[in-house]
Amino acid sequence: MRVLVVEDDEILSNGLAVGLGMSGFSVEVAQTCDEARAGLRAGGFDAVVLDLMLPDGSGLDILSELRSARSILPVLLLTARDAVEDKIAGLDAGADDYLGKPFDLDELAARLRALMRRGAGRASSTLDWRSIVIEPASLTVTQAGCPVRLSRREFSVLHALMERPGVILSKGQIEEKLYGWQEDIESNTVEVHVHHLRAKLGAETIETVRGLGYRMGGTGT
Amino acid sequence: MNSIRARLFVILIATTGLVWLSAVGWIFVSTRAEVERVLDARLSEAGRMVSSLVSSQEIDVQRVAELGGTVLPVPSHIPYDRQLSCQLWSFDGTLVGRSDGAPAAELSTHTAGFSEAQIDGETWRVFAIENEERGIRVLVGDSLRVRDRLVGDVIKGLLFPAALVLPLLAGLIWASVNRGLLPLDRMANDLSGRAAADLKPLPQDGPREIRPVIKALNGLFAKVAGAREHERDFTAFAAHELKTPLAGLKTQAQIALASQDEKVTREALGHIVSGVDRTARLVRQLLAIAALEASEVNGKPETTNIAGALRSLVNDMSHQDTRDVQIRIAANLDGLLVSIGQADFDLAARNILENAIAHSPTGGVVDVTGRSEAGVAVVCIADSGAGMAPEELVRATERFFRGRNKTAIGSGLGLSIAALALERSGGVLKLSNRPTGGLMAEMTLLAGRPS
Repeated sequence: MRVLVVEDDEILSNGLAVGLGMSGFSVEVAQTCDEARAGLRAGGFDAVVLDLMLPDGSGLDILSELRSARSILPVLLLTARDAVEDKIAGLDAGADDYLGKPFDLDELAARLRALMRRGAGRASSTLDWRSIVIEPASLTVTQAGCPVRLSRREFSVLHALMERPGVILSKGQIEEKLYGWQEDIESNTVEVHVHHLRAKLGAETIETVRGLGYRMGGTGT
Repeated sequence: MNSIRARLFVILIATTGLVWLSAVGWIFVSTRAEVERVLDARLSEAGRMVSSLVSSQEIDVQRVAELGGTVLPVPSHIPYDRQLSCQLWSFDGTLVGRSDGAPAAELSTHTAGFSEAQIDGETWRVFAIENEERGIRVLVGDSLRVRDRLVGDVIKGLLFPAALVLPLLAGLIWASVNRGLLPLDRMANDLSGRAAADLKPLPQDGPREIRPVIKALNGLFAKVAGAREHERDFTAFAAHELKTPLAGLKTQAQIALASQDEKVTREALGHIVSGVDRTARLVRQLLAIAALEASEVNGKPETTNIAGALRSLVNDMSHQDTRDVQIRIAANLDGLLVSIGQADFDLAARNILENAIAHSPTGGVVDVTGRSEAGVAVVCIADSGAGMAPEELVRATERFFRGRNKTAIGSGLGLSIAALALERSGGVLKLSNRPTGGLMAEMTLLAGRPS
């Protein structure tokens, strides 16, 4: 669950990166409109948290650019201007949700999960594959009803694979979901996480497709 | 008189009345002259006529004298004519004859031409002519009362309709004045019917006379709308700038509460501490702006010694304030006096210095220099930071404006506070980029007089 946070206040953007990270999101921060545009061009995000007042322009410009490029990326506006008419203007400009500052971190995380769920066309807040059920809200995993303890990164890998069980994800695509721009990626981490997941959930859970990547076991033909 | 309507009405009624009265006066004088001329002509003609009748012996003066001279013929009974009296006197002073209704006393003692005489308390106009041939003096006279009544009737004939017409005229004038003032009423209605927030300009197509008023009002509306817009922007920015750090504080606090990792907790708490510092500074600056806008400069110009003020300012700054940046105060500032209150200068200089320090690299130098020009003193504070893009320079003193190279501690208020504090004493803040890199802030102030 990779989120682009566009916010120029350093303390708040740091808080969003750390706080959303604790809820299982991998967060990248853009502090200006230019950085946000660069990030969106690079792609790979599941949602955007957008502040309206940025040093080099308005977040609404970013939003309208996104929508006129026919992107359906979920966008949550995060702003101090929370009068009703501001909310209406924001939603009509193409935002999917609106949260006034100051906000509750858990509420923001829940709204982002809801946006992504809706974006993926799912009704339930949990994902299940065979006997494995994962709950993104609490970052918990059960197998046949028994809780399984996973690290945050292991959970993210499993979450990414279970979102579309039949689809093969390359190592690069999985890495993208795990790390922000600034973080150094150790070359074999995805392999390490997959190894741990297989150890905890059973060897056949994740299937390696040679030369292509990974997918959930037994979904291929 | 405060009402244009009443003023116009009174002026119009007074001038109309005056014109009317002058006309009446003029007609009175000319009618009177005409009446005199006509009646005098009648008198003299009547006198000559009687004299010629006497000559042609139509009137037998001797006989009439013998009879005792009572009545002459041709009495007429038209009201005015009855006032025409005729007397025939012999040269020896005997009344030979008189007309019906003529007084018995001699009308006049003069022998020829016109004269006026008092008879029984009445003024008579008398024409005399002597008939040498018959030894008769003919006197024909009429009472001036008759003449006055004639002229009086003409004037009455003029004044009577005027008295009737005057109220009608007053009504017409009142209605015309009202109609003439209609555009003003319309404008007043338009304005009084407006909501407080309605600042759209008045239509410019009014009558020429009220166009300057409309123009002035529209100018005022534009100014008020601008101020209102500015205020709205300020409120929106203030909301953003106050709520964002609060959101940051809350988020960091929630992280500190939720995290199991001691390192994460400690970092979050550290962010909270610096966030509170930043917010406190923001609040301090907002209060400084409010104080600057609320207080008035007292009339007496104050003089501040720049070098002294700057040195004590720099001494007051803690190491945390200055980081590792060195502030160099040039020697040419010594003795430079400017006309500004010490508190205002400190506020301006402190905010510019803080800005300069915040944008300086670690170990950088902030140079403070001064120069004196015709009547003004310029204090220049220059840093060695990244400077500002040209489009940012013009907006740098806008409230809450933060450039691309903003610092974590910046609120976007420092330079606007400095500009505001200088403006109060007629000073100007000018920002430019140094050729060598960095921002240069020049405070131009009126030179102060030594006290």
